[in-house]
Amino acid sequence: MTQLDVSDLAVERGGRLILSDVSFVLRAGELIVLTGLNGAGKSTLLRAVAGLLPRSEGAIRLVPDEPPMAEACHYFGHLDALKPSLSVADNLGLWTRVAGAPGLAVEEALARIGLDALADLPAAYLSAGQRRRVGFARLLLVRRPIWLLDEPTSALDTEAEQVFGALLGQHLASGGSAIVATHRPLPIEAATVLRLGAGGIA
Amino acid sequence: MSLFLALAGRTARLSLRAGGGAYSGLVFFLSVVAVVPFGVGPDMPLLARIGPAMLWIAALLATLLGLDRLFQDDRDDGSLDHLILSGMPLELVVLAKAIGHWLATGLPLVIGTPVFGLILGLNANAIGLVALTLLLGTPALTLIGTIGAALITAMRRGGLVVAVLVLPFTIPVLIFGVGTVSGALGSGGAGTPLMILAALSLASLVLAPIAAAAALRAALD
Repeated sequence: MTQLDVSDLAVERGGRLILSDVSFVLRAGELIVLTGLNGAGKSTLLRAVAGLLPRSEGAIRLVPDEPPMAEACHYFGHLDALKPSLSVADNLGLWTRVAGAPGLAVEEALARIGLDALADLPAAYLSAGQRRRVGFARLLLVRRPIWLLDEPTSALDTEAEQVFGALLGQHLASGGSAIVATHRPLPIEAATVLRLGAGGIA
Repeated sequence: MSLFLALAGRTARLSLRAGGGAYSGLVFFLSVVAVVPFGVGPDMPLLARIGPAMLWIAALLATLLGLDRLFQDDRDDGSLDHLILSGMPLELVVLAKAIGHWLATGLPLVIGTPVFGLILGLNANAIGLVALTLLLGTPALTLIGTIGAALITAMRRGGLVVAVLVLPFTIPVLIFGVGTVSGALGSGGAGTPLMILAALSLASLVLAPIAAAAALRAALD
């Protein structure tokens, strides 16, 4: 059971302070929803927590502090990391080999999101919503306790939204935790709603 | 280790797919070599004398040509984020991608050398020497190039910038590559330049991934 402590986090981008004094605790099994206007720093916060952006102040700590943050979290951003010329299954194949407890096989993960029929299709032919769904399948290939999801439900139809809700629900029920940045209501009740305003938590 | 091999294989495979750019280097190599005899004229002894150097220069330019997309594609589609979070040190990510890139772009140049050597009227001895030195030297070219590729990751249309940035650092490889061939064919002896060439490849094998990983980290934003 992993707990995430973020204290006094400040992040600068291009010389401008985007976030300051952001503190929160994410316990095992909990969901934090990030809201805020466009440009409030939701993506910046998620990327900084994942370690994809340098932080100018503050601390991000895992309790217990094993494994390192990079191996404890799944980051799900706006970009879907799909190579157009590779098939869906080949695209996902690489991500079964990253650090973390082994999860589902590629075919099983695709079956869970309802795209098993498209496993051999080059990713270039997927629709925007299908690309997001393949992104969800990636979360299942290797088990990591913390999910950092940046607007996961954009471009999804209502059925896919339910599939996503079920995946997130199972992840939380099995002791995982998640931070989700979103503008739309999620199908799951959040423990905490962090509303980001100008430069920090509003 | 399995991620390392899978990443190297995937890089090679993507490079060989349509639009991947592996063939453009080979075609560029062939074009340069094919044009030289027209420029120099039908002077076979002269061609044979400058042939090894022409092959090396063509290989150098062909290698630098395809490097700009090495990390840019991964950054643009988000793969780089997931590679950074993969648990494998970024240095090894760089090395795996460099190996994959070399298999798709450097190795075909080595394999094509016998054919291209014939165009320049080289004898079997010289062709063998050029192929051997390219086999030893092109890994150094690719590895030094990855530093440039990592530096321009955040730039649009950085193709020429990589070439200009990297070219000065590849000159020692060129000097000792050509020096080995001319030393073996002439009287200078090939042992010393050959060993320096190998040393350049080995040193860049260690140092280039560290430098390129540092450049990628600095570009995180």
